[in-house]
Amino acid sequence: MREFAAELATGTGDPGPYAPFPHRVISRTKETADTTTLVLAPVGGGKGARFSPGQFNMLYAFGVGEAAISMSGDPSEEGTLVHTVRAVGNVSTALSRLGPGDVVGVRGPYGKGWPVDQMRGKDVVVMAGGLGLAPLRPVIYELYAHREDYGRVEIIYGSRSPAELLYYDEIQSWRTRTDTRFQVTVDSADRNWYGDVGVVTQRVPDARFDPARTIALMCGPEIMMKLSAQALEARGIAPSDIWLSMERNMKCAIAQCGHCQFGPYFICRDGPVLPYARIRPFLAVREV
Amino acid sequence: MSSVRRSIGSRLVLERSDFPRLLEGLGIRGYVTVGPVVRDGAIVYGPISRVEDLPIGWTDRQEAGTYRLERRDDGALFGYTVGPHSWKKYLFPAHERLWTAERSPEGFHILPRSEPEPRYAFLGVRACELAAIRIQDRVFDGAFKDPGYHQRRSEAFRIAVQCTQAGNTCFCASMGTGPRVEADHDLALTEILTGSAHYFLVDVGSERGAELATDLPLRPATEADIRAVDDLLEKTTASMGRTMNAVGLRDLLLGRPEHSRWTDVGKRCLTCTNCTLACPTCFCSTTEEVPDLDADRVERWRRWDSCFTLGFTHQGRTSVRTSASSRYRQWLTHKLASWHDQFGTSGCVGCGRCITWCPVGIDITEEVAALRKEEPVAVSAGGTR
Repeated sequence: MREFAAELATGTGDPGPYAPFPHRVISRTKETADTTTLVLAPVGGGKGARFSPGQFNMLYAFGVGEAAISMSGDPSEEGTLVHTVRAVGNVSTALSRLGPGDVVGVRGPYGKGWPVDQMRGKDVVVMAGGLGLAPLRPVIYELYAHREDYGRVEIIYGSRSPAELLYYDEIQSWRTRTDTRFQVTVDSADRNWYGDVGVVTQRVPDARFDPARTIALMCGPEIMMKLSAQALEARGIAPSDIWLSMERNMKCAIAQCGHCQFGPYFICRDGPVLPYARIRPFLAVREV
Repeated sequence: MSSVRRSIGSRLVLERSDFPRLLEGLGIRGYVTVGPVVRDGAIVYGPISRVEDLPIGWTDRQEAGTYRLERRDDGALFGYTVGPHSWKKYLFPAHERLWTAERSPEGFHILPRSEPEPRYAFLGVRACELAAIRIQDRVFDGAFKDPGYHQRRSEAFRIAVQCTQAGNTCFCASMGTGPRVEADHDLALTEILTGSAHYFLVDVGSERGAELATDLPLRPATEADIRAVDDLLEKTTASMGRTMNAVGLRDLLLGRPEHSRWTDVGKRCLTCTNCTLACPTCFCSTTEEVPDLDADRVERWRRWDSCFTLGFTHQGRTSVRTSASSRYRQWLTHKLASWHDQFGTSGCVGCGRCITWCPVGIDITEEVAALRKEEPVAVSAGGTR
């Protein structure tokens, strides 16, 4: 980000930390009815900014505005950025409509990601609910790429219905790997679904890990994370080893606009990934 | 007069009759002087071109939900406390363009900031307001620098005024931010009116201040002058209209999210946002995207926002804080508790604006006192941890 800013500052005056950098849409994949994955590359080439799994960018639709969107691509791939966007508001809807050749603004990366360094040598449990898989996918790439660096890996992904599953083909291929268990479950399905039906928390009791040396990562609706964290804690994982990726609206991403506060934390600066031990008191209170 | 030493730490005396020279000195140096003026029945901040622009002979009477201007029986220039405005309106304007972008073959490009930032001289900055600027510095001039804020802030010439009277809603003494001006001033004035004498004790706080002072006809302050200032400040401290016990507030407030007082204040709070707009440290903002008609040119504007609005924090399309009590709790807990975690300081300077300008007279010091009261376990056990 700093390098970017310095580059842009040349000859154009100081835009400050608020200016987006033009990126071109290289490809677009429609994941579900309302969710789209965009692959972006900086206009004018260059490697683009590196990121840590779990971080996010502010994506800018020209003339519409910005939204905070997590990176969902492989962190080891240089030159491109992958973002999965669900059309919810004006900005995300405009972003969802972009196609190859269109330009989108990017500033980032922002925030603190998954505790990859702490995970090495330990068992890892990954729990994703719905679009929550997107910010977890970069760390899943990392787990698969350096599989020998980790102990047992359990991935549990839940979605409302089979039609809402993201990255379907990729998950199918991941599921063929025998060194990792990747479970997929849906809340409800018709007879064409051969997989599991149920919520992710139901998969916790028979997940295989050593609670004393396990790091758990989760992202999804707050209620899903709350119940999943409780289920993992009941299995003996310390709250400081359970990490949640939180979501709040934000305008600046640099702890200046105030919108994303959750208790004392700025989700943009202190998060989005935070340990359960630190946010549990606030998750227990309504309307924080 | 050239024999009088003017350097940081110098304590000098400026006669009231020579006060216009101060304004001239600022003008010669290219500053746009802004300070207190009477407008719409209140003392607000606006452009000052001559001494008569100041609220000469006016004072204010403030209470929870009440602000009235009154005539003084003297010709004091600074015989009042703080009004609804604060200097944040200059350093962090209510509406500011962050950038302009134009469509181009490469998609779009950001145009350079063309307009130069004004070089302000702030006349009449109170101790609590200097503290408020220090607090906003941590937001806008920290790890990520807001270029506009940074430039305006570093250029601004600050002429502080020590409060020689306290307002009924003031509690800076409780917050340790006043009434004495101790840092961050270029010059600090204390207005002294005794009998027929009317003069200012001038404390030089910076090189810039010392440089400006070379233009002024000054005499060294006497022991009696200094004693007069100390007496005035002591009197101000003693007559502070409010007090707040700020000790341990961070843990106390974060630990009592289910206190019944939140529900109680939620019934009174109109969520009108007045307190956040009047507050000299509240920094929340939103952005607006303003395209021109053919959408080839876009401006990004930032404007003040408030945590009291329904849409301030949401997940998807759902507001996170639908009740007034949760929004008041967010504001108060942020201001007095989580601010410590985020910026290493309280967010409150004790200026009392939120008390005076609350249309229903909610008093932050009273709410804190109520929240300090332990509740029976049965009431708070609904809860948390």
